[in-house]
This record gives sequence, structure tokens and C-alpha cells, in this order.
Amino acid sequence: MRRRVATFLFRHPRWSLALLLGPPLLWLGIVYLGALGALLVQSFFHIDEFTGQVVKSFSLRTYAQLFSPANLDIFRRTTVMAFAVTIAAALVAFPLAYYMARYARGRVRSLLYLGVILPLWSSYIVRVYSWKLILAKEGILSWMFSAVGLGWVLESILSVPGVGGPSLSFSALGRFLVFLYIWLPYMILPIQAALERVPKSLLEASADLGAPPGKTFRKVTLPLALPGVIAGSIFTFSLTLGDFIIPGTIGDSSLFIGQAVLRHQGTAGNVPLAAAMTVVPMLIMAGYLTWARRLGAFDAL
Amino acid sequence: MSAAAVRFVEVLRHYGDVRAVDGVSLEIADGEFFSMLGPSGSGKTTCLRMLAGFERPTAGRVELHGRDVTDLPPYERDVNTVFQDYALFPHLTVAENVAYGLTIKKVARPEIRRRVDEALDLVRLPGYGARKPGQLSGGQRQRVALARAQINRPRVLVLDEPLGALDLKLRQQMQTELKGIQRQVGITFLFVTHDQEEALAMSDRLAVFNQGRIEQVGTPAEVYERPRTVFVAGFVGTTNLLLGALAERLTGTAGPAAIRPERIRMLAPDAVPGADEAGAAGLIREAVYLGMHTRYSVELDGGGELGVVAQNLDLDAADAASAHGRRVQLAWERSAVRPLVG
Repeated sequence: MRRRVATFLFRHPRWSLALLLGPPLLWLGIVYLGALGALLVQSFFHIDEFTGQVVKSFSLRTYAQLFSPANLDIFRRTTVMAFAVTIAAALVAFPLAYYMARYARGRVRSLLYLGVILPLWSSYIVRVYSWKLILAKEGILSWMFSAVGLGWVLESILSVPGVGGPSLSFSALGRFLVFLYIWLPYMILPIQAALERVPKSLLEASADLGAPPGKTFRKVTLPLALPGVIAGSIFTFSLTLGDFIIPGTIGDSSLFIGQAVLRHQGTAGNVPLAAAMTVVPMLIMAGYLTWARRLGAFDAL
Repeated sequence: MSAAAVRFVEVLRHYGDVRAVDGVSLEIADGEFFSMLGPSGSGKTTCLRMLAGFERPTAGRVELHGRDVTDLPPYERDVNTVFQDYALFPHLTVAENVAYGLTIKKVARPEIRRRVDEALDLVRLPGYGARKPGQLSGGQRQRVALARAQINRPRVLVLDEPLGALDLKLRQQMQTELKGIQRQVGITFLFVTHDQEEALAMSDRLAVFNQGRIEQVGTPAEVYERPRTVFVAGFVGTTNLLLGALAERLTGTAGPAAIRPERIRMLAPDAVPGADEAGAAGLIREAVYLGMHTRYSVELDGGGELGVVAQNLDLDAADAASAHGRRVQLAWERSAVRPLVG
């Protein structure tokens, strides 16, 4: 019997394909896209201001609310942070990923891998809280600054409006640092994978044709690593856009998109507005990907 | 007489205990098509990489047209390379790949366009400029790599087993083309290969490498007809190696010697070898009909075996099949037996 099933599948590859892909596609279709569709539908409902009930009829009223100054402020704050975190992560991750892919061998290589991946083994909330302690006014970081007599540097950084605050753990800079730390592995690994796929002979060919190392880097290494950078930036950018734990734990009381969504669907009971707000990061991501595509980031794929 | 295009002087390259290149001295003349022939791991590719500048010799000197380039990085050497895996930049078009060297040199755009077109004509790929390397066949990629490598008009072009990945027919076609292109551009070609037929067919001269050393340098005919060492005799073409007792009996000396199977004539059992000839009698143990010729294995009466190749001038497959077990007299010119060095 088993043999006959196997023979049947061997003779009808379409059937085996359907058997293999069916379950995950069903899951993707119903649970994933279905939830997304429900979200989209909800975002076109609105709350009746007198009764507080959800009115289940199509209107753009909820979307209009997105354009209130307070909400625009949230979008701007979140997007700027996402860009800042992404750029910083790319800058920090690239040299490390480059070293891992090109030079590190044997033990050093495994240690670096472990160093990048190990933080992902522990709960991310725990790590965020530990950063709250590190960044606190009585925390190790400000202690170190004053111990080496650079307390005034920290003070002056914290006094910059928009960036600083009463302490690092209550500042936008603190949020930025924690975001950067938490998402960094997601930037390192794709860049490292992309660089690993660049054969050494390409770099030799570039040198052979007269390009000094700097030029080889710009004309060969960087363009070929770009898909990895973009892949990493999709992680860091979208994760920052949607996160509500880091801005809720570190920094002042100003809201990020994720926090606002949480608040609207929870305490405020305004599910349509929460739904409409989640559409915003999706649109921002779509815009970002289109831009990356224009830039030619996917040409080398 | 100008300086040699390429000169290796007592070059060593060791990796820890491994002696990849173990004392190579070599001169290649300007405009020569020179091959480095040897099995994998014999040091030929390492020599090429030291010439291109990807590796530095542990000791010794590499000179290009009389100038010591041992310590120069690849981008400051007037050498270009066709890589074994072609190493075409996947994110650039064919034209951009070919233009790469000129772009680096900041040559003016119209000039680049003109020379890229010329180069693509040279390798018979006109109109392929807009494609990506991924859209090309192996043979086409090989041509693009060649066009790209010669566009800087280097004085020496090195080719690292460039035909290894191609199928037989394409390889033979490319051999002829490469030779033609070399004549056309007049650049010194240094060709690395493990394929002895390829080396014989294309080179003006060749060096046979073994275990990091050069066993013999010479024209294809010299290397084939007068192999110097046992290794060369065995690696270049097929040969009958005469050692010990067999050598003693057939040549009168104990030293190793070789005779090519096509140099041995097969006669009727009662025939007598000529005046300048030596001979031996034996029994045909095996006959393999190969179309153009037949390969025999003859067991000699006093022990030992000789391979004989005879052209099928008036013999057909049936004759070859019936040859098995027939007695024959073998004969060869004494001068066809080449004494060898260990």
C-alpha cells in the first residue's frame, strides 16, 4: 500500500507538490492573510462618538483621525527612529559582518557567531529591562562616565532637546541605543550571508584589472553586499516601526506607533483606529521597499 | 635582445610544511604562448598567482620585462588574468564587465565604448554587451572573461585553466580561437592547464610541473619526443616505461627509458628487424579498436609488456578482434628509445 502511494506520487509530481504545499498555503491564506484582511476591513469602520460602539459600515472617518497633530507626531517620531536605528545598525554591522565573512576562521569565527546569536537565546523583555538598569541615572554607564571624569559629556548630551532627557533611560538616545542593541543581530547575519556568497576570485579579478582595495570595495563588495544590507534593514526598520516594548520601557512618555495601537485596541476600545494605525507602518514599509528596489538593491539577487 | 617578458628566479612558496612551489626558475619570451602543464597540486597555479600578484613568494623573485614585481600588488602589475571560474561580476552587464579595467583607469567614455565593442568583436560576441553574465553559456562567459582581461592591453595575459569547464567540442574550438587571438593581439600568454593535449596543441613552449618543481621546459615536440624524466614521459602522452630487467634486455642499459607506442612497428612473427632497429617477439594479449587506430598490448616472450599503437590503414574492426593471441615480432628504431632521468 505504502509502495503504491509512493509510486502514485512519483508518477504524479503535481500531487506530491500539492500535498507538500497545501497545509502551509492554507495556513498562510487563512490565518495570515485572513487576519490581515480582517484588520483592513476593521480600519474602515469607525466608533460612534456617543455610544462608543463600533459602527460596521464603510467610511474613511477613522483614517481622517490619523491626520490629527498628535498622531502625525507619533508617525514621525517612530519613522525617524526606525531610520536612525537602521542606518546605525548597518554602519555597526557591516565591518563586523565583513570580518566574519572574509577573515575570521575556525574558533574566532564560531565565537563571533555565538556572540551574535547568543543574545537571541534570552528573552528580549529581560534584555530591555537590563538595559534600563544600565542606562539609569544610577546605572553603570553614567557611573563609568563620571568615574573617568567625563560626567559633563553625558550631561551635555542629555541636555540636547529632542535627544536627551533626565537620564539615558528616559531619553530618546537611550531608546535608540536599546533598539540598536536589540536588532543588531538581524542586520549582521544577512550582511554576513551576502558577503559570504561573494567569491574571492571576484575581488582578485577587480584587483587584477587595476582597482586598489578601496575601489574594489566600492565597485564589487558593496554592490554585492547590498541585498544583505537591504534584507537586514527590512528587519531593523519594520521591527522598530512595530515595537512597543522598548519605547514603553525606555525613554519619556512620548508614544510610538506600536504603543498607540496597543492603547487604542485595549484600554480605549477603539479597534478601528488601532487597525488604521497598523496600516501606516505597512505603507511606510511598502514605500521603503519600492525605494530600495529603485536603488537597484535587488539587482544582484 | 630585450629582457624576458616573465622571469621566475629561484621562486619558493611554502604553506607551513607544504612546498607548493619549490624552487622554480623560468624565462618566458615576449609574445610567446607559454603553458604550464602539470597535475593538480603541482604548483603551476601558485606560480600563476605569484605572477599576477595574489600570492607572494616565500623566497625568490618574479620579474616582468626586467622589472622586479615580487612585492607589487596585483593592481600595479601589467598582467591580467582569465580566471578558472571566469570571475565575472554578476551585478554588471557584459559591457560593464569588459569595460571594468578601463573604468578604473578613468578612460574617457567614448573611448571605453569603442574599445569594449572592439573587444566583444574580438571574442565574437558583438551585441552581447547589455546582457548579464548569468544569461550567458559557459563558453560565452569564457569569452567575456578573455575580452575583459585583455582590454587593458597587458603585456602578459595569464589564463588559469580557462577551458576546464567546457565540453570537449567547445574546448577544441576555443583552443583554436585562443591561439588566433593571441596571434592577433600579440600579447604574451601564460596558460595553465592539466590537459597535456591542450598544452601540446596550443603552446610555443611549455613547462611540465611536478611537486612544485619544473621537470622539463621545451617546445611541444621536444617535450613529447624527448621527455627528460620518467614523470614527463608518463604525464605527456602515453608511453612504454622501460625499467630494470626489461630495460636491460631491450636497450642494454638498466636506466629508465621510454618508447612511445606509435614508434613500435608490429611485424609478422618471422620478420627480422632492420639494421638500425631493435626488436622483441611476443604475443598479442589485447587489441582495442579505436576507429582511427588500434591499441595493442603485447606480452613479450622474456616477460614484460609493451603497448603498441598502429594506424588502421588497411585493417578493420574484425581484424583487430582476431588479433588476440597472435604471435608478432616488434621492431623499433634504436633512437626511438629515450633514456630518462629518475
